Amino acid sequence: MKNLLLQLNKAFDNKIRLGIMSVLAVNRTVSFNHLKEMLELTDGNLASHLKILEAAGYLRVHKSFSGRKPTTVYEITSEGNVAFSQHLKALEEIIKQQES
Amino acid sequence: MYHFKNFILYFVFQSTFKDMNNNPEYIDDLRAIRSMMEKSSRFLSLSGLSGILMGVYALAGAWVAYRLIYLPPPSPYRQVMMNDVALTLAGIAGAVLMLSLATTLFLTIKRAQKLNQKVWGPGSKQLLINLLIPLATGGLFIAILSWRGVYEVIAPSFLIFYGISLVNAAKFTHPEIFYMGLIQIGLGLGATFLPGYGLLFWAAGFGLVHIFYGTVMYLRYEKKKGIPA
Repeated sequence: MKNLLLQLNKAFDNKIRLGIMSVLAVNRTVSFNHLKEMLELTDGNLASHLKILEAAGYLRVHKSFSGRKPTTVYEITSEGNVAFSQHLKALEEIIKQQES
Repeated sequence: MYHFKNFILYFVFQSTFKDMNNNPEYIDDLRAIRSMMEKSSRFLSLSGLSGILMGVYALAGAWVAYRLIYLPPPSPYRQVMMNDVALTLAGIAGAVLMLSLATTLFLTIKRAQKLNQKVWGPGSKQLLINLLIPLATGGLFIAILSWRGVYEVIAPSFLIFYGISLVNAAKFTHPEIFYMGLIQIGLGLGATFLPGYGLLFWAAGFGLVHIFYGTVMYLRYEKKKGIPA
């Protein structure tokens, strides 16, 4: 049991970051506004969590202009994908162990 | 590529979810992840009831068409009549199509409002793009065929392209759509084999299959959750 808990990723022990990773995992790229809508967050709150994930190397930021409006788009990195998959596996294992 | 892997992972846990009733904290996490994945990538407000109604319209249209084509004509002008009938048939098909689109749009918007979801979001955008690319290709293909006077494969082409569109779009909505698409493709190929029976294959594909899958989706997603369409 202890071991499994250690496998949980510290970066994902926050619901918001878990939510961000969930959205990024199934979409090729996700815009800042889409994330904001999905997770129902304020700009500042979302930005700070995105920074943490970016610093961990789990996501990549693309900035571009659509017309004159700047758009920021996020993409999961392969490291992020591996880390997220492992986190999910650990969660599942914990639940399985608790059940038996 | 790796998105695909996560998709599989996510299906794996959809199945493990059913037995989890204790362990609130981690289960909550998994639930939240699952619903986030679904909400952000799939459009799940598609109404099953509209599928049933589409099927009913199609069957009604097919019945009218059948009466037009196969009624033993007392008139000696059957050949002449056939040309007029072709236009009428196209008119019936068009009316069924418009009625189906309107119904689907109306019920889906209503349902999305009930579920408190946006009708126009990334999920529905993806769904539409993936549906429309094969569908528009089919439409153009059929238009070119009729322009060139190649009529035999028009009826099957509708079913085949519609089926391909459904298979392609299924990733972005309820998974039942995938199997519905496969059946439409099968019926389309069947209709290619038996050119005289296009109408029957249409009635089966656009009528019965829609009613069947519409009912399945209605029972699974609408009735169960106590949210009427």
